[in-house]
Amino acid sequence: MTRRSIPYLFVLPAVLLFAAFKLYPILASFRLSLYKQSGGVETFAGLDNYARLLDDSLFWTALGNSAVILVVQVPLMLALATGLAVAFNSTLLKGRSLFRLGFFLPMITGLVAYGIIFSVLLNQQYGLVNWLVGSDIPWLTDPLLAKVSLGLALTWHYTGYNAVILLARLQTIPTELYDAAAVDGAGAWRAFRHVTLPGLRPALLLTTVLSTIGTLQLFDEPYVLTGGGPDNATLTIGMYLYQNAFKYFDFGYASAIAYALALLIGALGLLQFKVLGGKS
Amino acid sequence: MKLRSLTLTWSLAITLAAVLVPFYWLVIAATHSSQEIFRTPPPLLPGGHLLDNLNSLQENAGFGRVVLNSLGIATVYTLLAGTICTLAGYGFAKFRFRGREPLFGLLMLGLVIPAQVTLVPLFRLMAELQWLDTYQAVLLPNLALPFGIFLMRQSMAAVPDELLDSGRVDGCGELRLFLRVALPPMRPALAALAIFLFLFQWNEFIWPLIVLRSESSLTIPVALASLQGVDDTDYGAILAGTAIAALPMAALFLALQRHFVSGLLAGAVKE
Repeated sequence: MTRRSIPYLFVLPAVLLFAAFKLYPILASFRLSLYKQSGGVETFAGLDNYARLLDDSLFWTALGNSAVILVVQVPLMLALATGLAVAFNSTLLKGRSLFRLGFFLPMITGLVAYGIIFSVLLNQQYGLVNWLVGSDIPWLTDPLLAKVSLGLALTWHYTGYNAVILLARLQTIPTELYDAAAVDGAGAWRAFRHVTLPGLRPALLLTTVLSTIGTLQLFDEPYVLTGGGPDNATLTIGMYLYQNAFKYFDFGYASAIAYALALLIGALGLLQFKVLGGKS
Repeated sequence: MKLRSLTLTWSLAITLAAVLVPFYWLVIAATHSSQEIFRTPPPLLPGGHLLDNLNSLQENAGFGRVVLNSLGIATVYTLLAGTICTLAGYGFAKFRFRGREPLFGLLMLGLVIPAQVTLVPLFRLMAELQWLDTYQAVLLPNLALPFGIFLMRQSMAAVPDELLDSGRVDGCGELRLFLRVALPPMRPALAALAIFLFLFQWNEFIWPLIVLRSESSLTIPVALASLQGVDDTDYGAILAGTAIAALPMAALFLALQRHFVSGLLAGAVKE
């Protein structure tokens, strides 16, 4: 064993496993997306699977559903998380570590577990939520409300986690900046806009990108909570991919969906870096 | 000032109470029968059906075995993935070598490429190896977890180079250096990594759903989802199972949280 080979030995297990179980599938998936399967025979199909995507109304429905969550739920959740982070960081708040912990707790609950909990809580006839509001709102069976419910569940699960990421950044903003703002006569709101928000930018970028990736890949929650229904109102791209691959065994088409998804995530990520990234 | 402090603390306390309602309700529901859960008004205090629910879980889903599967898989995964991520993190943080940046960049590709892209080829690979319905099929694909490697590289950067170099001058072997010099001060980071890996595997759903088939090999989330799918679902039993899935993790997290949140975030927002 020579000195020069030592570092490679440390990273070798990870690199080999990654090559076999991540890199190889990523490349194989692209190859698959160019083939059609029928009766166990694969035939080269060029870009046919991708052309089929453009004409597939269900794919567009799934894309639209993901877009709605992305445009409505993600900004609301991040605004809530920012508010929470500012509160966690405030000296006015008593028992800060207790709050931080409590709001983080939903995050460690598995997706299946909280999907089941919410599906029972939101049951139209017998659920706790409808009993509390004294009504029989069809939370999971009305197309629009099913989206709202899914959004509520996601917000419950991820807000505290995002707040903790934002808090970590918030704690690095020098207090002198706030003192200077106060000297300049800035109130709480102006200090928030001109000191807190710019300071939070890298963390906001990180949470936005993470939430975007998570939203586009969404699978577990709709699978358990709504099954993608009613009438495909909560069908996500992740679910549609799963259906094509493991219900219809149309691997070529599922791989094309996967690559479309990866492209979309890459494009949105780049866009978010451009808009939010600034100089850093 | 006093009034504003009280207002803030109380409004946050009320919000937190609302956020924690699902946990409270889960404990309550796990101790009631299906009929009791769905009566009006819904039960708000513990009932006496916990044992019946657990029996039903055992009869309908072999849940004792399922819990052991989940525990075993998550434990083995934590040990193996923890070792692999720590070794790689140390290698990337503490050595300069040819191809370091491209290799690390390649591994980090795993953070941005959606997992779904790999599902179909991975499934076919496992089918070809005749590994469907085996534990190694569940374990292997995520052992080199990009996030874990990233976390450990960030943490290992804090080990002083002088310490390692003086060890080398004294003729200490590289493996010994790693085990005796680099690892001991890493305890908090290792604890964070371990909790993260364990939670990840404990809650993992889509991959086990795809590769596990027989009732005796399922993990908790897969078994719960399959119970929910049947007609005449026994919600008392399912919610008792959900409580078994969620509450021990909540307890573990609360016990170890000191390491977790700070350790996990140590590297998250640096740039």
